[in-house]
Amino acid sequence: MWFDAERNVHLSADRRRIGYLPQDYGLFPHLTAAANVRFAGNRDRPDLLERLGIAHLARARPRQLSGGERQRVALARALAREPSVLLLDEPFGALDPITRQQVRDELADTLTKLQLPTLLVTHAFHDATALAQRIGVIDNGRLVQLGPPTGLLRSPSNAMVAALTGANVLQGTATPCPSGSTVQLTGGGELASSTPARGPVQVVVQPWELEVADPESSTLTDNVISVRHDHGRLLIRLTRFTIQTEPGNNGQPPIAEGQTVGVRAAPANVRVLRPEARP
Amino acid sequence: MSTAAPSGAPIDGNDARAWLPALGRLAVAVGATVVIVVVMAFLMLPIVALFTYQPIHDLIDGLGAKVATDAIIVSLKTNVIAFMLMIGFGTPFAYILGRSRFRGRSVVITLVELPLVMPPAVAGLALLVAFGRFGLLGHTFSMLGIDLAFTQAAVVIAILYVASPFYLRGAIASFEAVDQTLLDVAVTLGAGPVRRMLSVALPLAGAGLGAAAAVAFARGIGEFGATILFAGSFQGSTQTLPLAVYSLFDANLDQAIAIGVLLIIVSFAILLTSKLLVRSWTSSTSTSPSPGERSISAQH
Repeated sequence: MWFDAERNVHLSADRRRIGYLPQDYGLFPHLTAAANVRFAGNRDRPDLLERLGIAHLARARPRQLSGGERQRVALARALAREPSVLLLDEPFGALDPITRQQVRDELADTLTKLQLPTLLVTHAFHDATALAQRIGVIDNGRLVQLGPPTGLLRSPSNAMVAALTGANVLQGTATPCPSGSTVQLTGGGELASSTPARGPVQVVVQPWELEVADPESSTLTDNVISVRHDHGRLLIRLTRFTIQTEPGNNGQPPIAEGQTVGVRAAPANVRVLRPEARP
Repeated sequence: MSTAAPSGAPIDGNDARAWLPALGRLAVAVGATVVIVVVMAFLMLPIVALFTYQPIHDLIDGLGAKVATDAIIVSLKTNVIAFMLMIGFGTPFAYILGRSRFRGRSVVITLVELPLVMPPAVAGLALLVAFGRFGLLGHTFSMLGIDLAFTQAAVVIAILYVASPFYLRGAIASFEAVDQTLLDVAVTLGAGPVRRMLSVALPLAGAGLGAAAAVAFARGIGEFGATILFAGSFQGSTQTLPLAVYSLFDANLDQAIAIGVLLIIVSFAILLTSKLLVRSWTSSTSTSPSPGERSISAQH
């Protein structure tokens, strides 16, 4: 307990056991890596340097280190404080995309080994899914949703969260039917959902839950803007949707830009949200 | 030659358009050289004149004279005391002003800089009416049996008053420039306020503090106006080197010039020290690598 106004508890920040890593790691530039770590506990911690794989950098100054090495030194320093919680503020903000991925994987391994409660603040949903067991989405200072990454992907609580996860979000009008509802999309076409609903709604579908189909036999069609390969998958951008699919579906003609295609989704994957009254 | 010339471009050296840019560059180079030579000549000529006025052994003789040695001792003593007071009181003061925000802070900073723009003679007068026998606090002091004016203590006060704002201003700016994130991190690492100042802010502001202290020290060594009005010019007691230059000006120009040469050498040494200090400090505390210094991280 660090702060409780009612119980009149207010432990000053220098006496709280927090391991804090600011955005650019905040290493003391005038101290070596080992001295940075020593700052936290007033004694040498070769064990921590060893554990984080930076023993060979003990005598290096921060400016001689790469982004990933700096982060590990900062982690070692935070751990030397024997913290009860780790606080990471935008840990990859200062890195280029290639280093970013490498450092993220390193950090994921380290955090798994540490078994410490960790609070990580980031703007990138990918970073959060790669590292977190639970993700809290904060919008305008309000906690909108809190849950495991899969929970956020499967059932986003509102359109903002859905958009953050990279889902397709569309407006439409729902009509109930025996198997759930049918949503007439604004801009034409319809999608079946297994969720019963009526009236104006928002429809959320993840890119990998959509399929390209024959336009003749589809209730929903759209035009292809671009097709590109992304991490071994095919990313198809339509005017209203993004579809992620396995490349080279045998027997099917290749999808070309400008082509009209049918869009299909399993009703169970078509989530229906009540549109919020937004100020 | 297989080097392809741009089609249609004139290769003829006599073409005026080909000459023009070269001529322009030459004119710029000549102009720049002239400007640099003229300005440097103006700045250096008096110094050269001072150094070459008399043979070197006369110069050394001049410094051996009683007037000169007395002045050297007075200057050294008063400046060292003033310097220590300035660092001792000025550094915490600058830390507080540089790192905290409070109402009237900018007013305080402006007032700190006031002695910088005040004519030194006026500063001397002000000190006299403040601490002199008939001054604002002089009455209190004389009741305690203390008479500051025209004593060596007055020299220290004059130097302190005139020189320390140079240090304070630079030191405040140096502390302001310390990255707040580093101080925040120090808090989370368990460092209390004193440790934050001593182990984080002070080393990080070090280069700026050193440079500011050097400027202030040089200013103190050269202090003249405030000292002569508040402390007088008594040989062996309040006569610092600049005051000795003035009093010898009529009596013995050779000796005055000898002291002048000494003062220039001292000032130059201070200037050089501060430059080297800043350079070495900056390279040891900067976060960005200098060329060829990433070898450690490249090893694995």
